[in-house]
Amino acid sequence: MAELNIAERQAGDVTVLDMSGKITIGEGSVALRTAVRRLLEEGKKRILLNLAGVGYIDSSGIGELVSSFTAINKDGGQLKLLNLTQKLQDLLTITKLLTVFDVYENEPEALNSFK
Amino acid sequence: MTVETTELTLPSRIETVAKAANAVADFVSRSGISEELAFGIDMAVREAVTNAVIHGNEQDEQKAVELTLKSSPEAVEITVHDQGQGFSPEEVPDPTREENILKTSGRGIFFMRTFMDEVTWSIRPGGGTTVRMLKRR
Repeated sequence: MAELNIAERQAGDVTVLDMSGKITIGEGSVALRTAVRRLLEEGKKRILLNLAGVGYIDSSGIGELVSSFTAINKDGGQLKLLNLTQKLQDLLTITKLLTVFDVYENEPEALNSFK
Repeated sequence: MTVETTELTLPSRIETVAKAANAVADFVSRSGISEELAFGIDMAVREAVTNAVIHGNEQDEQKAVELTLKSSPEAVEITVHDQGQGFSPEEVPDPTREENILKTSGRGIFFMRTFMDEVTWSIRPGGGTTVRMLKRR
């Protein structure tokens, strides 16, 4: 089983990536990078990462979230986060990244925020 | 409670990080460490082993990473040794400073210091760097 599973779905003009597993150095970080870069190549620039199933992330995974955020912004798009686990929220808090990312706890609100 | 020690010698590749994490999970379950402490220990070990593989040994598979996990009634002590050139931890930028927040790397040592009570680095006489991390129970 892959370290990180990513399922893609479309909600209007927002692409939602439902993620489960670990975003850690190696396979997990690469899977996230690959998915986001592919969406950008396809012109899908409004991306919502549903992290409900991500129970673990390391510094490499956090770096990949930052890298994705920066790449999408640079391309004129938006990256937002949905359903952070408590541990992920704690890590983003201590790294002061919680103030950088747009974070939501329910999907309709997150989707509306793109408009 | 007796002192429990686990020693591993691992190759310098990315997959080693997951192997080290699995060893930590086994060690933690045998040592009666609380879930909260276990999370921080796992995190710190992953970051220390990542640094040893990537920055210390530069993924040179001729070089090994040595991991030691030691549990006593008072504390958990972890050492990670690489065969690299060493570095100055005080020169590593603070990733929470405004100018560093959006950097894509540089948070590993910050996490090690956040989750452990003591983190120190030393150069071994025979070469390589050892990081020692302590978490009191």
